[in-house]
Amino acid sequence: MEPILQLVDISKRYGGVRALERARFACAPGRIHALLGENGAGKSTLIKIMSGVVQPDEGRIVLEGRERRFAHPQDAVSAGIACIFQELSLMPDLSVADNICITNPPRRFGLIDRMAQRRIAEAALARAGAEDIHPLAPVGSLSLSRRQMVEIAKALSRNPKILILDEATSALTAADVQRVYTLLKRLRDEGMAIVYISHRMNEIAELADDCSVFRNGQHVATFEAGSQSDAQTVEMMIGRDIEHAFPPKPPAQAGLTARAPALETRGLSWQGRLHDIDLTARPGEIVGLGGLDGQGQREFFLALFGVLRGVGGELKLEGRPVQLRSPKQAKRDDYGIALVPEDRKTDGLMLPMSVLDNLSFAALDRLSRAGIVASGAELRAAEDMVKRLSIKAPDLSVPVGTLSGGNQQKVVIAKWLMNAPRIIPLNDPTRGIDVGTKQEIYALLRRLADEGAAVLLYSTDYAELIGCCDRVAVFFDGRIVRWLAGDELTERALVASALNLTTTEKAAA
Amino acid sequence: MSDDWKFHLREHKGAYAAAAMFIVIFALYILNHQAGWTAPVITTAANKGVLLAIVAMAQTLPVLTAGIDLSVGMVFVLANCVASHLVVGTPLQAAVGVVAVLAVGALCGWINGAIIVYGRLQPIITTLATGTVYYGISLGLRPVPGGDVHAGLADALTGAPGGVPAMLMVLLAVVLLVWVPYRRSVSGRAALAIGSSEAAAYMSGVNIGRTKLIAYTLAGLLAAIGGLLLTFVTYSGEASSTIGGVYTLNSIAAVVIGGTSLAGGAGTAIGSIFGAFVLRTIGDLLFVFDFEPLWQPLFQGIILLTAVSLGALRLLRVSNRLELFK
Repeated sequence: MEPILQLVDISKRYGGVRALERARFACAPGRIHALLGENGAGKSTLIKIMSGVVQPDEGRIVLEGRERRFAHPQDAVSAGIACIFQELSLMPDLSVADNICITNPPRRFGLIDRMAQRRIAEAALARAGAEDIHPLAPVGSLSLSRRQMVEIAKALSRNPKILILDEATSALTAADVQRVYTLLKRLRDEGMAIVYISHRMNEIAELADDCSVFRNGQHVATFEAGSQSDAQTVEMMIGRDIEHAFPPKPPAQAGLTARAPALETRGLSWQGRLHDIDLTARPGEIVGLGGLDGQGQREFFLALFGVLRGVGGELKLEGRPVQLRSPKQAKRDDYGIALVPEDRKTDGLMLPMSVLDNLSFAALDRLSRAGIVASGAELRAAEDMVKRLSIKAPDLSVPVGTLSGGNQQKVVIAKWLMNAPRIIPLNDPTRGIDVGTKQEIYALLRRLADEGAAVLLYSTDYAELIGCCDRVAVFFDGRIVRWLAGDELTERALVASALNLTTTEKAAA
Repeated sequence: MSDDWKFHLREHKGAYAAAAMFIVIFALYILNHQAGWTAPVITTAANKGVLLAIVAMAQTLPVLTAGIDLSVGMVFVLANCVASHLVVGTPLQAAVGVVAVLAVGALCGWINGAIIVYGRLQPIITTLATGTVYYGISLGLRPVPGGDVHAGLADALTGAPGGVPAMLMVLLAVVLLVWVPYRRSVSGRAALAIGSSEAAAYMSGVNIGRTKLIAYTLAGLLAAIGGLLLTFVTYSGEASSTIGGVYTLNSIAAVVIGGTSLAGGAGTAIGSIFGAFVLRTIGDLLFVFDFEPLWQPLFQGIILLTAVSLGALRLLRVSNRLELFK
């Protein structure tokens, strides 16, 4: 069938990072088209371009035979493209009906006609199979799964010709997932073109008519669903160039396993987002957290750092059961945890403040006497860190925001090393930094482990997990679905288990 | 559906709470007043209350978009000074003067909005600066208190024909002609959407610039209506920075007591009206109980703290401590 939407030779860069490189994509009415690829393959950028959220640097968008440019999300919406993001487009304080009709509310005498709006909302909810949601309920009061259903109803109320779903089912309960399946199949039969991103291979097998695989910002292949085995599909998704040099790993030592674990969790759970996490990290090892983005890795680190309330299960540090209630407590010497957070610009640094202030912030307690900062000691400790991590800053008094991304990340790590932590979880520390600094960080992590720290590394870059970690716990849906170590730790195994395809991995090998 | 009222109650609980608080305090006031429920007492209370109520309505609009307008008090004063020059003479001249006063107010608000939207400056500092400018202009217009106002108009609006204070009718008219249409317009809806989540509003294709511009312009217009009414009460114009400052701060307090979140996204101008009435009545209440006026700020402060604390109860249920800071 004729494609309704075509993207031709689309390229997009963010700063120096290439997100898409001459990518092609086409979808046809009456088909469900699945987009596949690992983290950072360019899928998200592609759908952002289709829905007008970002503009491509190069390339053409052809809709129904005509070349189009979408400068705003609204342009794409009025052209008949509706995109369902994960929760991004709902206003929590507004009611369900207000949210559904926000773009183009029904009007009478210039004012919003609430009765008509309500009918539209009820019809849209019914079409999405969520008629049990009250149209006047504030969206903020609904569960995540129900909110996602509202998001779907909102997209449907615009009568789109093309519907894009980005991981739309990841937050849904099993009952809602079934409704969405039925709905999507019905919409397809009505002639809608559906673009579907999911990391669940069983969903793709159930729904997709066509599949397109992306890798490194490039289109790899498009094929009819079912014509390729899962193993072949995984093969297409992997094959990132390993461009980093990693420090050698120490050989698996018999002595290591005998050491008392620095950190041990048993059945750690939180709010339906983390389930039964059993994880042990010993001094001297680097334990990786793998899996697709957003499978609970971040929450797991927050739980370790005392940020989450109501965490179930057991947490032991150096053999002692502990209850952590705040980062302030977790960083204390008797616990010795230091979390390098995900977003250095918001959670890690105070950008307008000086390098010195940022370096000493987490360690001010040690650097002060009777509440007064001992500036001599502070300066010495900071200079020490600058040397140890070779942070390139013209001066310790410049705002940390003026440093390069790589040096900012080094400051975040250094600020925590000031406390001499024994357990160091790092949340994707190399995201968006240059290769040279990445290598320095890899070497640093290994050095910290050799000095006796237990390092936990979450990374979205599989090559990094393979190169750096002694063992990797693969997360899926808030659980650890697989442990990989030694020779098993391959990109194929990581991708396959990240997609929760435990059996095909052996067939492919 | 049968549980519609629950959602209605939930949406307007701040306004209902403020209204209930007002009724209790006002009843206490009337019961202890020597003259009791008589036209002069009610009219005096209404004349004072409505001025702040309208300025509080003005403040509500930017606050709903998660902004703030620190210039409302100064626009109020500027309108007062302009009115003391222009709302005089023949009925026709006075009518033209009224239109001019309102246009000045709307222009002030539009300037605020334009700077915030196109200059991308923060509302708090923008309106602090423009408010000072507006005050400077007021001072130029009225270096010393004075001027005059159309007496017939003033008497008609500050009296109580048929026992109902005319000011209350003016307030009702403002609510029906400005707030109700705004609340039900696309722009009013968009303002709430922006206050609730600006990113989500943008992703939904809401016109963010126009919405904010309209909110600030209407705020200026409402503040000018307040200033015009002030002229009818005082029969003169005065460029007083004290009045401007007090009205600005009390308008913010009234908005909060009325159940509107300073974080934006939820609330109504109706709540702010009752918030303003509550603030005004507390002052009078202390007076009838023979408290020294010194106590007034203390009690206003306690009422404000209580109102704000109720809004913070939801934080007890947050399970990710990082969300406490959002």
